[in-house]
Amino acid sequence: MARLIALGAFGDLLPLQVGDVTCTEVVRETLFSVAPYRGQQKAVSAGLKTQLGLTLPAVGRRRAAGDVICQWIGHDAWIVSAPVTLDGLAAVTDQSDGYATLEITGASVEAVLARLVPLDLRSATFKVNHTARSLLGHLPVSITRTGPQAFEVMVMRSMAASLVHDLQEAMTGVAARGSA
Amino acid sequence: MRIECPHCGERDRREFYYVGDAVALARPAPDAGPDAWDDYLHNRDNPAGDTNDLWYHEGGCGAWIVVSRNTVTHAVHRTKLAQKAAS
Repeated sequence: MARLIALGAFGDLLPLQVGDVTCTEVVRETLFSVAPYRGQQKAVSAGLKTQLGLTLPAVGRRRAAGDVICQWIGHDAWIVSAPVTLDGLAAVTDQSDGYATLEITGASVEAVLARLVPLDLRSATFKVNHTARSLLGHLPVSITRTGPQAFEVMVMRSMAASLVHDLQEAMTGVAARGSA
Repeated sequence: MRIECPHCGERDRREFYYVGDAVALARPAPDAGPDAWDDYLHNRDNPAGDTNDLWYHEGGCGAWIVVSRNTVTHAVHRTKLAQKAAS
């Protein structure tokens, strides 16, 4: 059998640094979307607890157990970064190659995202492990705060290059203004 | 215009796609007769005033939402997940 070479979704576009802001690729080799059938949310949560050691987080939240994350990703849907078996309880779909994820960090990160995302992402309202679905420029994204000056941005893989392009433009603009 | 998504909170109108009158949630019985089906499929009021529409939160969580709003004042009175409005 042919040996295939694994390539990241962003190719050589990342890492990218402009001013004090850096983007790096986040590699999660397995991603599964979990959409509980009607009325099965508690059973799904219990199943995840047994299999992965974490329960379904609330709307707009992420949970982690070691390297495994479970994140709200939309209406009645979550994404987990490990295989799960939930027969009869939820629609589980392999999304491993479906998403591209990057982490954007730096002192001016909020100023960069403020140019692109119509949400208040300041730490007073958007805390660590808060996650939101919204638009970044024209791209539908999932944004999660991972630290005081760090966010993760998840986008459909086909839009990875557009995401980097939009971020690079905003990072350049913010850097040109000097301090944020 | 800002629309309150039951999941995401108040969001800008550009995140939403307008789908049409929420009459689509009240599907007639299969044997309801041609008049009921004609109304359901084709006939829509065009009110100057309060209306119930379906909106899709495509730039957000992907939920279908019933938005009660006023077409004259542009006020948004309330919003509800279509899932809950239909059941």
